[in-house]
Amino acid sequence: MAEPARAKPKPTPETQYFWDGTQAGELRLQRCDACANVYFPPRPFCPSCGSRKVSVFKASGKGKLYSYVINHRPAAPGFTPPYAIAVVELDEGPRMMSNIIDCPQTPEALELDMKLEVAFEKLDDKITLPMFRPAKG
Amino acid sequence: MRRNQVAVVGAAETTELGIIPNMSQIQLHADAALNAIADAGLKLSDIDGIATAVETPQQIAHYLGITPTWVDGTSVGGCSFMLHVRHAAAAIEAGLCKTVLITHAESGKSMIGKLPRSIPADSLQGQFEAPFGVYGPPSMFPIPVLRYMKTYGITHEQIAMVAVVQREWAAKNPRATMKDPITVADVLNSRMIAYPFRLLQCCLVTDGGGALILTSADRAKDFPRKPVYILGTGESVETPMVSQMETFNSSRAFKVAGPTAFKEAGITHKDVDHLMIYDAFAHLPLYGLGDLGFMPHEETGKFIADGNTRPGGKLPLNTNGGGLSYMHSGMYGMYALQESVRQMRGIAPAQVKDAKISVCHGVGGMFAASGTIIFTNER
Repeated sequence: MAEPARAKPKPTPETQYFWDGTQAGELRLQRCDACANVYFPPRPFCPSCGSRKVSVFKASGKGKLYSYVINHRPAAPGFTPPYAIAVVELDEGPRMMSNIIDCPQTPEALELDMKLEVAFEKLDDKITLPMFRPAKG
Repeated sequence: MRRNQVAVVGAAETTELGIIPNMSQIQLHADAALNAIADAGLKLSDIDGIATAVETPQQIAHYLGITPTWVDGTSVGGCSFMLHVRHAAAAIEAGLCKTVLITHAESGKSMIGKLPRSIPADSLQGQFEAPFGVYGPPSMFPIPVLRYMKTYGITHEQIAMVAVVQREWAAKNPRATMKDPITVADVLNSRMIAYPFRLLQCCLVTDGGGALILTSADRAKDFPRKPVYILGTGESVETPMVSQMETFNSSRAFKVAGPTAFKEAGITHKDVDHLMIYDAFAHLPLYGLGDLGFMPHEETGKFIADGNTRPGGKLPLNTNGGGLSYMHSGMYGMYALQESVRQMRGIAPAQVKDAKISVCHGVGGMFAASGTIIFTNER
């Protein structure tokens, strides 16, 4: 029997651009053409003003650690505890859930507001997840 | 909504609470419902409105043999029952029905006849949260708390005190699941669940249920129990994704529901004799005290640590022991409402002397939804 795997996202027509982006090594966000609001998660209209005129752009991939837990139990399939579940505040404004890689999963190492940068982890031929690691320099 | 036009005239929990291996979830609903109907001195055929969550209203109506003219299946998590009370009060006032039954039950521990909760892989949660290892409420609900602590200077010891104080209340309650006293050190040395929260800062997992019966205040005086009037109500929702809350320093749903209820009730914070704040995890009473406007968030940790919410304190909070020590079948809001009703009837195991106004504040999901009900025993 195969090892239990990490929950795998299944794109929808509205989110496909995001997952195409991670596969191409880009973190893509949407910006409203009418009010300039940058938002996440994906949807083909602006949740601030309701305009359907929105554009996809490549985000900087930079952000900071907004908050997290270090999960001990129960662990999700595909995860070895303890592991941090983090919320990253992107430089463009929106926040997203992710994991912090290349960093000890400890309260000492995981300092709120530490600078992070996106890194991409391929799950399979269709899905690549956006992860974050401590920013260099 | 107008004040004191509708009253709770029946209130009861399941006959047993805790581990109930001999009843399915739907039968727990029925057990609570029948107890509440008996408490109100009514017959099943007197019920013409029904509200429930997770289980559908048709499931419960059919099982109980009720033919309703008003139905509410609002299911927004553990505070659904606060929303049901609000909606039922409006419906009774509007003449849509006369006597509403609200039921909750969950076979949370024994898992008998419990509907599965799953997150589809193509939902937004399935795409943007589940892949990162969230797995049940303990891995999600505490995610905001480190930010909250940093913003407001709240300490681990202060949050541990939430569990300590609630255990003091639970010790007075024969039906509480956990009654042995605990210390801050006990809390901070208990098993790590999801840093920064340890076992004693997470709610219990139990079986049980509860039910309420509401009718117009004019009819309420003819019922056997002391009527408990609905003085004010509020509700809101924010997001099903904890990562997408507007801020981790506050709950937007709390900040809408709470003040709406206070405004409707026409009361100020100093009028509040008794307070329930749904505590699935130990940080929730802090968010609640701040977002309901009892004090600035900066003061919430100290307020609890200083003993203001413990037995004999100036603001008795979670007097049944709360989700941390009383019971928590999964959607605790019903038990918070039951305790408010007991306090207003004057029959709570840890009765707050001369309490006239009780505020009952609920959360649904991981800060996803909120409902606030303000009760009074004076009309």
